[in-house]
Amino acid sequence: MASLDLNDDAPPRLGHFARQSAATIFTLLITFIGLLAVTFFISRVIPTDPVMSILGERATEAQIAETRTALGLDRPMVTQFAIYVWDALHGDLGTSIRTKDPVIEEIARYFPATLELSTIATIIGMLIGIPAGVLAATKPGSLLDQTVRLVGLMGYSMPVFWLGLMGLLIFYGQLGWVGGPGRLDAVYDMMLQFEVTQHTGMILIDTALSGRWDMFANAVSHIILPASLLGYLSMAYISRMTRSFMMNELGQEYITTARVKGMPERRVIWVHALKNVMVPLITVVALSYSFLLEGAVLTETIFAWPGLGRYITDALLVADMPAVLGGTIVVGAVYIGINMFSDLLYRLADPRAK
Amino acid sequence: MVQRKTENLYEAGTTLIEWLRDPNPASRLQSRMAQTYLSWLRLRRNRLAMVGLAITVALVTMAIFAPWLAPYDPITQTLSERLQPPGTTGHWLGTDDFGRDIWTRILYGSRITLYIVLLVILTAPVAGLIIGTVAGYFGGWVDSVLMRITDIFLAFPKLILALALVAVLGPGMVNAVLAIALTSWPPYARVARAETLTVRNSDYIAAVRLQGAGALRVIWGHVMPMCLPSVIIRVTLDMAGVILTAAGLGFLGLGVQPPSPEWGLMIAAGRKFLFEQWWVATMPGLAIFIVSLGFNLLGDGLRDVLDPRSSGK
Repeated sequence: MASLDLNDDAPPRLGHFARQSAATIFTLLITFIGLLAVTFFISRVIPTDPVMSILGERATEAQIAETRTALGLDRPMVTQFAIYVWDALHGDLGTSIRTKDPVIEEIARYFPATLELSTIATIIGMLIGIPAGVLAATKPGSLLDQTVRLVGLMGYSMPVFWLGLMGLLIFYGQLGWVGGPGRLDAVYDMMLQFEVTQHTGMILIDTALSGRWDMFANAVSHIILPASLLGYLSMAYISRMTRSFMMNELGQEYITTARVKGMPERRVIWVHALKNVMVPLITVVALSYSFLLEGAVLTETIFAWPGLGRYITDALLVADMPAVLGGTIVVGAVYIGINMFSDLLYRLADPRAK
Repeated sequence: MVQRKTENLYEAGTTLIEWLRDPNPASRLQSRMAQTYLSWLRLRRNRLAMVGLAITVALVTMAIFAPWLAPYDPITQTLSERLQPPGTTGHWLGTDDFGRDIWTRILYGSRITLYIVLLVILTAPVAGLIIGTVAGYFGGWVDSVLMRITDIFLAFPKLILALALVAVLGPGMVNAVLAIALTSWPPYARVARAETLTVRNSDYIAAVRLQGAGALRVIWGHVMPMCLPSVIIRVTLDMAGVILTAAGLGFLGLGVQPPSPEWGLMIAAGRKFLFEQWWVATMPGLAIFIVSLGFNLLGDGLRDVLDPRSSGK
């Protein structure tokens, strides 16, 4: 998103920020409508007739005509698209063919599981990736640097579904260190519905709020493996970017000044340089967070994780297009939202990014 | 003067290396080859990149010579030899649930992988290059419209858009390639546009235009070649991603269909008996991993050599 240079006569900072935010939100809206245009286009070129899929093969002519009108399929394409956008902006993503439930309600049920998984994965990725990147940058070319680079490239090269299977094989099948597929053991899964109030849909938070620490522990044993594997992928990206930012920062003059003043090297790196590296890292972490939504699609299939990715792939297998496209729109919207949020945060954090 | 002197030197008889190292290249070809040679020398110093190159060469060799290298047929079922563990005589990587030799299937699978990668890199970067150069060269509203479209496609998570596309187009290899290509052109458009913006106002472009060259000719003959190096670097780095996406689609049953020995598909087949016969899912996954790692190592090394601006990502 290119920043619009509206006026450079040193406007007050906050006003400038507000104007830029307005421009960003406008861009966001256009992008979102474009996203809807793509899914709309996809949904209209499907070979299967939506009327037929609702009524079945033996519908009469009159029934077909009636449903066509009800669905708005007899109107011009432009009107249809306008209605489509209007509905989507109001949270109406159509009805699932498989379950006959509104897609948005189903997604609301599935989404917390994905959110929980990718949040923990991102936290793991940050906790390992940032220090690894910093250490690699302080000694470029060293064994440590090479290792971080190789481990990172391995993360880029790993098919995530295969990594999931191998993780299950080793840590669940062979070692028995973690819980298997699913979010809880079957016993707890039954109890969850009756004994725990669903505040957020995220099991770790809900069980903690209800004080069911046994269930909490069980949920941890289930989430730790998929979250670590996804965390590895995001670590690969975060460590690489941290290294590159850090290298750049360590070449700056203020670092030399700090060193000449006799400041301990540890303080120079972990306080002075890292503080400035954190700003561009906001964008990186946000990006890796949105990448995880994607990685979650395949991981959730492996770990029987009832999240958005699994929702989309399950719907795909039975050609439930409203559900697939609804899921696509939601993921796309979250993607755009995260990027915009990091953009705004970046502008607030970095005084140079006016 | 200088030129004549070097020509005389060749007559005295020189080796290829000396020709490449000549500080006074006599022809355009020679200077270009000398540049390539220098890049090669720098690349050769990077041990990881050489490993990547070796893996890539091995993949191509495997794909070309699969029928001669493979001990069995990749499709024919031999049920009496089903689920043999690795190390069994005649099946060093074991067999799958239909008694097919896994090594044979991996060898033939390399053809499918390479084929998909080639199809994608022949389409997506070209589309991105055209869109990016046109947007960058013309600027104004053309630029705004094209880049907005690019942003929209960038706003989609790649795999999910590919899934939605395949869902509409139907499963199969060509559709999978189409879906991957449709989702991977935007970064190329971005790169090409950025390069175009840097050369657009340079003197040589103005000179060509003053000679009466039309926009098409300027873009095709004088802008696109300048964009090529950065696009090529991106292609090498993207190949691993293409392999992973194709394997993911295959794994979900949306890409290449059975009984083709596609690697993602083989993993999906092995998933059913992961805990008892681990090798069926493990071996093809290792193949995917090694090949992607090869492309990534090579791309990483190439970028360090060809693009001095970026040392990180």
